[in-house]
Amino acid sequence: MTSIAARTAAEISQRGRIRSAAFQGFFEGSIKATLIALTLLSVLTTVVIIAVLVEETIGFFTMADHPEISLWSFFTGTEWSPLLGAKPLFGVLPLISGTLLVTAIAGIFAMPVGLLTAVFLSEYASPRTRSILKSVLEVLAGVPTVVYGFFALTFITPYLLQPLSSSFGTYNAMGAGIAVGIMILPIVCSLSEDALRTVPQSLRDGAYALGATKFDVTAKVVIPAGLSGVVAAFLLALTRAIGETMIVALAAGGLAQLTVNPSQQVQTMTAYMVQIFLGDAPAAGVEYRSSYAVAFTLFLITFIMTWTGAIILKRYREEYE
Amino acid sequence: MKTGRTIPQAKRILSNRLMWAACLGATTIAVLVLSALLITIAIEGTGALSWSFLTSFASRKPAQAGIIAPLMGSIWVCAICAIVAIPVGIGTAIYLEEYARRSRIKSLIQLNISNLSGVPSIVYGILALVAFVRFFGIRSADDAWTFGNAESIFYLQIPFGPSVIAGGLTLALVVLPIMIISSQEALRSVPQSLRQAALALGSTQWQVVWHVTLPAALPTIMTGAILSMSRAIGEAAPLLVIGGFLLVFQTPANLMSDFTVLPLQIYNWAGRPQSDFHKIAAAAIIVQLVVLLAFNTIAIIIRQKLQRPLQS
Amino acid sequence: MEQPTTTSTPHSHSGSPSIGEPMTLRNDTAIEMQNLSAWYSKNQVLHAIDLDIAAKQVCAFIGPSGCGKSTLLRWLNRMNDTIPGARATGKIALHGVSLLDSALDVVDLRRRVGMVFQKPNPFPKSIFDNVAFGPRLHRIYSRTDLEELVEQSLRASALWDEVKDRLTSSALGLSGGQQQRLCIARAIAVGPELLLMDEPCSALDPRSTASIEELIRELRATYTIVIVTHNMQQASRVSDSTAFFYEGKLVETGPTDVLFTTPKERRTEDYVTGRFG
Ligand SMILES: Nc1ncnc2c1ncn2[C@@H]1O[C@H](COP(=O)(O)OP(=O)(O)OP(=O)(O)O)[C@@H](O)[C@H]1O
Ligand SMILES: [Mg+2]
Repeated sequence: MTSIAARTAAEISQRGRIRSAAFQGFFEGSIKATLIALTLLSVLTTVVIIAVLVEETIGFFTMADHPEISLWSFFTGTEWSPLLGAKPLFGVLPLISGTLLVTAIAGIFAMPVGLLTAVFLSEYASPRTRSILKSVLEVLAGVPTVVYGFFALTFITPYLLQPLSSSFGTYNAMGAGIAVGIMILPIVCSLSEDALRTVPQSLRDGAYALGATKFDVTAKVVIPAGLSGVVAAFLLALTRAIGETMIVALAAGGLAQLTVNPSQQVQTMTAYMVQIFLGDAPAAGVEYRSSYAVAFTLFLITFIMTWTGAIILKRYREEYE
Repeated sequence: MKTGRTIPQAKRILSNRLMWAACLGATTIAVLVLSALLITIAIEGTGALSWSFLTSFASRKPAQAGIIAPLMGSIWVCAICAIVAIPVGIGTAIYLEEYARRSRIKSLIQLNISNLSGVPSIVYGILALVAFVRFFGIRSADDAWTFGNAESIFYLQIPFGPSVIAGGLTLALVVLPIMIISSQEALRSVPQSLRQAALALGSTQWQVVWHVTLPAALPTIMTGAILSMSRAIGEAAPLLVIGGFLLVFQTPANLMSDFTVLPLQIYNWAGRPQSDFHKIAAAAIIVQLVVLLAFNTIAIIIRQKLQRPLQS
Repeated sequence: MEQPTTTSTPHSHSGSPSIGEPMTLRNDTAIEMQNLSAWYSKNQVLHAIDLDIAAKQVCAFIGPSGCGKSTLLRWLNRMNDTIPGARATGKIALHGVSLLDSALDVVDLRRRVGMVFQKPNPFPKSIFDNVAFGPRLHRIYSRTDLEELVEQSLRASALWDEVKDRLTSSALGLSGGQQQRLCIARAIAVGPELLLMDEPCSALDPRSTASIEELIRELRATYTIVIVTHNMQQASRVSDSTAFFYEGKLVETGPTDVLFTTPKERRTEDYVTGRFG
């Protein structure tokens, strides 16, 4: 009886009107072409970014009325004063050092706190606590960076730093650095947690079965096993810190100086670009053009860092595949 | 035959406790920071929050200033960004996950996308300034190609100048890598067995994607889309590069309108020395955070509504 | 040997026909394989398989794990195309159509060849939409035809009575055995000539297994069925012919009762009696 039914199913299935294979082939082809075109957009973006930066940077280094500007003077000069003084000076080191100082402060705050929070989330927290804490981190991750800049100006500097030492001015590297640290904290934390959670449970079980304590398991098995993921997380977070703009534009000050003193104001590469694009420097002027050279330098630094991070990440994913 | 000294039990317990305390301490710091942030903003900002604050234009007097122009600007720019970045992002992710074979070119494109996600947003501002605002200098602003008339909502000029559409496209560039990567992860989490089932029934590649993979991945993709949009709505740096800070006294009427956005307005007010401006900056931050919270709530609702159990 | 259900062409390399030579077809042969070898990247997993499978019969593939049964099955509907690095040489013909031809329309092939997987894999859609999925891909049906088709397919897979009142509810709410029968209905609805089943019962309990086995015996009247199984009893219960594979080679093939009672090869005997594997 059922076999008759089966034959019927086979018959009914022939009843429909066949969809046109030619149309379907054409449709498939156009879809695929569209998708390839969309994918190429991101390649195009990179190409255009590099082309624009290279062209404008070459323009900056070959300005006829500024023969003193050279690659050498740019990368070794210790004074950056494009707007002040009779003769503008373009030595990018103060901007780089300002950027690195802020990034270092951010890293010193965010890396340990973020990693330990990640360990807490992946190894200690109950599922409930974990989900609550994850949403706290999600909120932190969604806060616009300009808000952290405001926080640095109105809370961190006046209520945390100035009571500690009177040497802190309204604008200083420390306040901006801590705010940047808070900004990258969720990135450090969620990426490291991902890395720790991909460590297979069987490794933990194996260690516990040998009589390890939770400390042993975490410090000697889980973190070493997830280390490359954690390192990649750090790198990616630091890249964000280097490229962060609004916090430093608000809270780090506007004076480009070569210093490691966190109570001083510093200017970062991004803050300099903001200063130029906000101000009314003439578009053909040397100050304006210098911002492209700074942008290119910034681009190269972050490019190298993300690349390294991506390679590390890829390698550690392969370890567990 | 026992050799070696045993580690005293007490020491092991101690290191165990210390580890736990350190982790808990770090977590507490994260929570405290968020609380301090919210409290500071609430204390500073609630006083200045009022209906007229929401509906007025900017002013030199803090007491009369409002945020209607940046609020509407943010909405316009974000909408354009969403219309561009979400489909392009999903399309790219589909190509990379469902179509592209494992090859050198594919892994180069993949590497390129992760590099793009690390490019500072201000650099995208420079790209947008040259490409969208100035159209590579091919055509000057006085001599722009014009489509439609100035009253129409579809009024368009090339080059765009520092207009709403340039702003939206700029943000689309910024969030595109995030959108692609999160969509890829969503597609990757769809069980292979579903694709195989559809293929074995004689589906074409696109039919597999359209009827099976995409519907299964959609809740996660939407979550990623909303996260991308909350990133976009909080961006200030690239918009600052393309237009500087504009005082705008009207809400956008079409794609060519001038605009400013909430984060730029906040930056402008927060950067002034007077504390009255700090108060309205904080009030604007509250509005901004409420918008973000609304976004996140929508994301959670979508996640719960659409999430159907998938077999592993 | 008057009516060989399944025959193994003699293992002589010179005897295998050259590419392009038209293959002679007997009416009752659904699939012919000649000198079929298959690789994953550089790793050869099938070695010069010669095997014919008769139409409207059940053929069982048996052999120890990793011997290439699934690989062979997945070449019959070119599912291996989805695996990078998978390739095959030699000849497979389904009713005279060469399957390894690179110009072959694999979408059309898979419409003509249904497949049921080891783990039930219903789509996260309603029961109705699961069964209607395949037909809708290829043809445009009237609503009544489609409803009838779904009903008949579900009847054919002996699931209709259990689900007729909840066709619109999610297929994921069905039990494992029901899900597997749904997957069979889904494959049948397209109107295939050949049904491939890769360990269709290995994820099921004995009762669901029994109902699927009964179903297979009934479906034999309409479809050619190839089933991979690790269960010797199952092979002997449902199949007309059996092929035994070992390390990528076809060791022996023949009518199931012959192969299980008087195997020619020592290795076959050891395997079917459970002495190794
Ligand atoms: N996707 C793949 N990539 C590379 N090698 C594969 C792949 N799938 C299977 N193999 C290899 O091919 C060989 C045959 O595998 P196959 O799955 O066909 O075996 P099987 O007989 O179906 O085994 P089982 O009874 O366990 O299902 C095995 O050695 C296996 O490791
Ligand atoms: Mg198998």
